[in-house]
Amino acid sequence: MHSILKTDPVSDRIRTFAVVMIMLCSSFAWAEEQADTAAPSAASPMSDMDHSQMNHDSAEAMDHDMAAMDSAAAPVPGRAQGGSAPSNARDPHAYSGGYDFGKTPRTLRLADEKNFASLLMDRLETVVTNNNTLATYDLQAWYGRDYDRVVLKAEGDYDNGALQEAQTELLWGHAVVSFWDAQLGVRYDSGDGPNRTWLAFGLQGLAPYWFELDITAYVGDEGRTAMSLEAEYELLLTQQLILQPRVEIDWYGKDDAGRDIGSGFSKASVGVRLRYEFRREIAPYIGIEWAGKFGDTKKLAEAAGEDSSETRFVAGLRFWF
Amino acid sequence: MKPIVDQFPIVPDPSRRRFVQGLAAGGAMLALSSVHKPLWAQSEDRSTSIVPILSGSQFDLTIAELPVNFTGAPRIATAINGSIPGPTLRWREGDTVTLRVTNHLKESTSIHWHGMILPYQMDGVPGISFDGIAPGETFTYRFKVQQTGTYWYHSHSGFQEQTGVYGAIIIDPAGSDPIQADRDYVVQLSDWTDEDPMKVFAKLKKMGDYYNFNQLTAGDFLRDTGNMGWRSALQKRRMWNQMRMSPTDLGDITAYSYTYLMNGMTPNSNWTGLFKPGERVRLRIINSGAQSFFDVRIPGLKMTVVQTDGQDVEPVTVDELRIGVSETYDVIVTPEDEPYTIFAQSMDRTGFARGTLTPRIGLMAPVPSVDEPEWLTMTDMMGEMSHDGMAGMDHSEHMMTGAVAMGAGATQVRHAKTEYGPSVDMRVDTPRTNLDDPGIGLRNNGRRVLTYADLHTVGGAMDPRGAEREIELHLTGNMERYTWSIDGLEFGKSTPIHFRYGERLRVILHNDTMMTHPMHLHGLWSELESPDGHFQVRKHAISVQPAQRVSFLVAVDALGHWAWHCHLLYHMDAGMFREVVVA
Repeated sequence: MHSILKTDPVSDRIRTFAVVMIMLCSSFAWAEEQADTAAPSAASPMSDMDHSQMNHDSAEAMDHDMAAMDSAAAPVPGRAQGGSAPSNARDPHAYSGGYDFGKTPRTLRLADEKNFASLLMDRLETVVTNNNTLATYDLQAWYGRDYDRVVLKAEGDYDNGALQEAQTELLWGHAVVSFWDAQLGVRYDSGDGPNRTWLAFGLQGLAPYWFELDITAYVGDEGRTAMSLEAEYELLLTQQLILQPRVEIDWYGKDDAGRDIGSGFSKASVGVRLRYEFRREIAPYIGIEWAGKFGDTKKLAEAAGEDSSETRFVAGLRFWF
Repeated sequence: MKPIVDQFPIVPDPSRRRFVQGLAAGGAMLALSSVHKPLWAQSEDRSTSIVPILSGSQFDLTIAELPVNFTGAPRIATAINGSIPGPTLRWREGDTVTLRVTNHLKESTSIHWHGMILPYQMDGVPGISFDGIAPGETFTYRFKVQQTGTYWYHSHSGFQEQTGVYGAIIIDPAGSDPIQADRDYVVQLSDWTDEDPMKVFAKLKKMGDYYNFNQLTAGDFLRDTGNMGWRSALQKRRMWNQMRMSPTDLGDITAYSYTYLMNGMTPNSNWTGLFKPGERVRLRIINSGAQSFFDVRIPGLKMTVVQTDGQDVEPVTVDELRIGVSETYDVIVTPEDEPYTIFAQSMDRTGFARGTLTPRIGLMAPVPSVDEPEWLTMTDMMGEMSHDGMAGMDHSEHMMTGAVAMGAGATQVRHAKTEYGPSVDMRVDTPRTNLDDPGIGLRNNGRRVLTYADLHTVGGAMDPRGAEREIELHLTGNMERYTWSIDGLEFGKSTPIHFRYGERLRVILHNDTMMTHPMHLHGLWSELESPDGHFQVRKHAISVQPAQRVSFLVAVDALGHWAWHCHLLYHMDAGMFREVVVA
């Protein structure tokens, strides 16, 4: 299958984009659809909830109501989140009566017109495998306002003081819907092998059930395409002890032997990290992660005498400010 | 500023941690002891208050930095005439008062006379009513006092209100006061943080639930599973998780950062007021907090509410009342020969302000523990979901033409087109319009709790006309982004709202968020209506509960430019703010 793809670069590229777009759109649509249907579909659990939360009278009223809502004829409370404005939605400027803030620049400026800055070092860790020990960093910084900001993402491995595999992205982040930002910019790969430059387009945000997702598609020179997905979840064991499962998947449209990459799904890692937040901003952690290579990437690794999968023990520090 | 970790020792579970109750010596007192008269000499109503009372018609107020120590950590506050709260100003109805406000800070400042009816140039909002008071300058406010009752004043610049620039105003009637009392105390509640408020704000921008240490944990889930079965435990959480909303987001800033003050004194320093048994004691309760709702009660005493926002109301006797930020309630209590605790727990149940009423110095009553925090309910998220509510909504669509005769309950919900974007995390299509809900944490608590439905302004509405025009505004936000707005637009993206001079206007406020917003309209009274459109109570700030839709009438009788905003300081600064142009 891979050989067929490789011998036909046109269909390769088409398939690449098809896969990328389908994944992006479907994940996005899934998120929004979940949100749109949240109000009515979650109605059924309320009968249980009411008994525990409310007085008996209102609980009965709600139960009654829920039963009605479950039937097709009942009125639906509508879409509580997301969606697009109906044609008869109000114009928020309709009450201005033609008044504005005057010709001179408006003097009163609140925090919605101020810039903020943040840096999150999500992972700064020592990684121990069967036969090696290395250091990994994974950070995200931003500067700007609520709906538009400059985003810097950087991730890389150091082995014996040398940068092995580094990926740095500079993006414009623009809020598109309630829980999602679209990001557009460039990615630069450095470290082992020839450096690569990509255009990047992604979505980062919060999916229903509090899954933090970061999905990005890349287009490089020489027809290279790639896609990456990162998902994290935070399970609060206590208010300060937090278990964080994390999944990362990389996909490439084309072989890049110089960087030990084969086309198709190339790498994935699945791990959990357990952190203790001394303060919100500072949390040491330990964790375990399984990382594997697939397809042609796996073959390249095996040909070079490397393991195609490994279990990693990690210990590190998460911090932000 | 020292790192916060120094002030808050690490304990395994901060939700169980007792909040910082302050130094026994307390607050600004240490810094002030040399410039103040001894305790018990402040006024005829003997209390331990450090707050001076200034009366007359000429006032000199100076705003300057002040070293304070509320928690054991020295900090620099901003204060009026060297005390927090600033001096209580006692005016007389009909007088023209002159207030010379001098700025000794390094930044611009201002004073807004909260709830005063006055020319807009005297209202004290930089960028709306005047240019602010530059460092080193003095601004002279002068206006005729046309009203009576309990009010307050505060800075409208930056976060100075959080750092100490606030004080009480008492306006005595020109004639005799219909509310007779033997003693008269201001009970001014506020919240103090050792943090720089701008840093607090920046933290919330990066993590909206930074201060919430009452979040759902795996342990809670296991406990619920044991109690109700895993299916019910999952279902209890499903809707919240699906919608990415937190049922425990009851206050953005909690006692993790806040120490709650009564008349500028920490719970441990225990503001104390004296009385003689059997006296009628008037307590003028003012919420000067930046971001905290307080639930106030005096165990052992009934409180008879006689005034709110300076407006006398038909007396109503309750055990407890919730006071929104910037609201005032005057209550009469008649204590017997024993001490009582004035207990004001924060709505999020992480801490409290506390003081004592006692017949003799040195006596104290037990201090209750804070109530268990509750989850927000479906009513707080979705509003009115009963059949009656639905039916009401249906009818209203056919009754739109007659809507001007009805309250908020009668009109169809119309979201703004700007509510469908990233600034808004949810919308309420089926709001509740009833006013008889005391709100989350107070429902069915076994105590008689005040609601807006209990309040009836003496003498009725100020203007007999019905509404000639109606406007609808939605209170909106996105907790994940920590953005707060009106109709999905922050102030920076808004246009002014035009009120036509002379009109009688109905304003509908519709809360599309899961937080309670105290909405304060400057310069004009807000005359709250019942759901069926009858006059209820006249106020300067109306707290709109989650998923609630209320309406009020305005007699548009004051020309000029006025501010209109959520009085939660961090919501206001985030952009939940409008300019009103009356012309």
